[in-house]
Parts: sequence; C-alpha cells; structure tokens
Amino acid sequence: MAETSKPAPHPSPLTQPYWDGTAQGVLRIQHCAACGKPRHYPRYICDACHSFDTVWKDSTGRGTVHSWTVAHHAFHPGFAGELPYALVVVDLEEGVRALGRFAEPSGNGLRLGLPVRVGFVQGGGGFALPVFTPEG
Amino acid sequence: MSLRDKVAVTGIGETAYRRGATRSSTELQLEAALLAIADAGLAPREIDGIIPIGITGAPAEELATNLGVAELRYSALTPMGGASSIAAIQTAAAAISAGLCNHVLIAAGRNVTSGARAGVRIHQMPQFHLVTEFELPLGAIAPAQLYAPMARRHMELFGTTSEQLGEIAVTVRGHALLNDNALMKKPITLADHQGSRMIADPFRLLDCSLESDGGAAFVISAADQALDMPQPRVLVSGIAEGHPDSPSAITQRPDMTRLGIAKGAPRAFAMAGVTPADIQVAEIYDCFTWVVLCQLEDMGFCGKGEGGAFVQGGRLRLGGALPVNTHGGLLSQAHMLGLNHVVELVRQLRHQADRRQVQGVQLGLATGYGDLGDGAIAIMRRG
Ligand SMILES: [Zn+2]
Repeated sequence: MAETSKPAPHPSPLTQPYWDGTAQGVLRIQHCAACGKPRHYPRYICDACHSFDTVWKDSTGRGTVHSWTVAHHAFHPGFAGELPYALVVVDLEEGVRALGRFAEPSGNGLRLGLPVRVGFVQGGGGFALPVFTPEG
Repeated sequence: MSLRDKVAVTGIGETAYRRGATRSSTELQLEAALLAIADAGLAPREIDGIIPIGITGAPAEELATNLGVAELRYSALTPMGGASSIAAIQTAAAAISAGLCNHVLIAAGRNVTSGARAGVRIHQMPQFHLVTEFELPLGAIAPAQLYAPMARRHMELFGTTSEQLGEIAVTVRGHALLNDNALMKKPITLADHQGSRMIADPFRLLDCSLESDGGAAFVISAADQALDMPQPRVLVSGIAEGHPDSPSAITQRPDMTRLGIAKGAPRAFAMAGVTPADIQVAEIYDCFTWVVLCQLEDMGFCGKGEGGAFVQGGRLRLGGALPVNTHGGLLSQAHMLGLNHVVELVRQLRHQADRRQVQGVQLGLATGYGDLGDGAIAIMRRG
C-alpha cells in the first residue's frame, strides 16, 4: 500500500512555513530579513549578505513559464494513474522560480513566457502542491 | 604549478556489461579493479591511493582490505554523480603531483538489477534534499523528468529538434555495434528514434541511457613512472571540474541551458594548451542525448544554440570530423557512470580500439556530467 501512495514532503523547521502557506492556499517565499533578497528553495542564510534572519512573504502567485516537461512514464507507482501530466517551471514576479503542475495535463498551450497564476492541488500525505493555470 | 602532463592513465579494466549480474556491486568493482591493476603491470598491494566512485560500491577501506593494499597513503571521495570519475582524476593528479602517493585506483561497480533504480537513487542523496522535498511530490522523480526542462528550453530558444537529438542516438548506437562489450546489438534508424515512446517530453526512450550492471576501473600514476610501465603512455594534459550556478536545483538555475562543464572546460583547454579544434576523439557523458549536445556547446565546439546543427551530417560518427562515444556510451554500451568513457579514451589513445579505432589519434577528451549539472573534463594525449 505504501508502495503505491504518492511521495509526501517531509518539512523541516527550515521549510515548514512554506507548507503552512500552501495549506492556506498561499505561495510563500523566503526573503532575507536584512537585505530583502528573495530565495527559493529555502536556505539557511542569505547568499548576498549572509544574514541568518528570514521573513516569509506571500507571493502574488503570478509569473511566466520558463520551461516544462510532460511526463509519459511513471517512475513511481503513485503517479501511474495520472499519466500524462505536465510539470512547469515558472519565473515568479518576486524574481525566483517555482516548479508546479500545469493545469492542462497534456501540456497543450505551453510556451515560453506564458503568463500563469498559482493554485493548489492535494498531493501525497495531504499536502497542498502548486498548480499553475494560464492567466485570463 | 600546473597539472599538465603530470600523470598518466596506466591501467584500465572493465567487466562484461550485462543486465541481471549475479555478482554484487562491490564484487564487480573488485573484478574491474583487478583487471585495471594487472593492465598497469602492478600488483594489487602496490596501489597506495583509492578513490571509489558511486554510491553503490565499496568505500576505500573495504577495497584496500580486499586487495591486500600494503599502505594506503591517500583516499578521497568526489561525489559528483556521473562527473565523479573524471573529477577523481583531478584529485588523483593533485595528490600524486604533491608526492602523497604513487598509484591511485579509481573504481566503480554497479548492480542496478538488484538495487535501487534511477528514480529512487537520486532521492537517497543528501545533496538533493530540497529537490526531494519540493519536486518529488509533484511527480518530478527521475533524472529524465528533472533534466527535460533544460532540453525543452533549449529547443524553444534555439530551435533544436528531436531529430537532432536522434542523430546522437543513432550515431552512438552505430558505434556500439563495433564493440563486443556493448549491451545494444541492433542498429537503429532516425525513424526508430522518432517512433520510440515518449518518456518525459522531449526525451523519448531512445534519448535515454541504459540501466546496466558491471564494473570499470583505471589506475593513475606519475607520468615519469608510466614510462617504465607496460602500456603505451596516455598523459592527462588538461583536467578540470565545473559546477553550475545553483548546483543543487535545476529549476533555480539562472541559465538552465548551461552546464557546469562550461566553467571547467576553458581551464582544462588552457592547461593542455589546445583548443576544441585540436580534439580528434571525444567520449562525452551521455545519460541523455541532449546532454551531449549541450556539453559540445559548453566546451566551445560550437556556439550556444548551435549544437543542433553541429551534431548533424555525420560529424560525430567514426570517420567524421569529431567521432563521439566510439564505445557506444551510456546510451548503447552500458551505464558505467562514465568510467567506460575514460576506459575507451585510453584505448583509443593506445591504439587498442580494434574495429572502432580512430586512425592515428593522438589527442582526445572525456567528460562527465552528474548531480543535476556538475561537470568534469579530461584532455588526454598519447605521448
Ligand atoms: Zn541578505
């Protein structure tokens, strides 16, 4: 049974605020509290000023498509029933990138620069995962 | 001080490559190590440096114990996935040149039939914990899925086509047919490539490397000592590793179409005092077809975005201007973590490559790629 259930994230103190955000339907991005530089995925210190102090800010959830892939082979049995599905890399307005599912599983309509907006879908372990939909 | 021509590859060894090996990864690693040590004309006890490769084989201590090494003076790890074995040459060259040791064994063994497959292995590695937490739950599991967005962006930006990727697959398969120790025995056409099932767009089945079992190893020795050893001398003239920006997650990389080798290659060419135009054979890490194309650009064989046109027209075939993966590579010989690329380059430069020999070759290179973008390059010459 465990073999076919989807893999779930294992949040750490470093990443817990991100998952608290997705559970509330918000994409939260870690920022340096000292110089303001955003970073994703979460890190221990700022690579610009090396401060340990962080603040989490809500993303607008808007961005543009940087690249993508469409999965046609399940490398984990938990995803075998979902094929095909599209994964999309998004340049968020905040200046960092996010990976999410694309709302259209065939990937139809994807192009570089396509404006998208984040939503959420339930994944393994009941965690909310980002899914991006074309704007407008 | 430069490492140019300071060390030589003095011994090479590889087991038969197969699927369903009965020996364990450690046994395969030892089998290849013994072959390489014998090829160098050494006794196992004379090895005094060990750099084990891969996460499935044995650590240096266990290899030393099994080999009866008299005095292990140096051991190290170069955890860079498929770039590890060539990064290990750099480490070995530095250690030997500093007088720390004389003969460094670099060896790997894999038994993936009985062990973890590609989609599982990567998420067991601590350096990828953020990919495991943020990407795996979305269904970004295996290297094919993690690397595909790099290739897709390259195609969208530069017009690179699936047929151009197929040209690499067909070329390398043709070379495998000239190698008795290659898993793939049937020729393929571009139509076969285009008809193979999609795995992770744009990668089709025939864009992906094999899963296979086996062992490979080589011995690095000081260049002056190599003159007294049995094989034709193959010198390491240029060596470098390079790490991409955002080494731990492809999605966060400023330029997704530029690999770590782009940083290392200029250092290796400068060290060797040669340019890409001088290279007569290239064994290029080929976990996926597109990774070959991108490395050709990143090493300066052509400009960024020009790789698609560069690989066409038979340029990479035996008899072409730049024969690539003359052994069949990871795509059609076996997935031996790129150690098989080093073994093949040495064979070519010794003029021991049999039916697939590049005639008169004096200078060539081998590359490694792994861990989401790390790169390594070794430029070698006969001399
Ligand atoms: Zn800062």
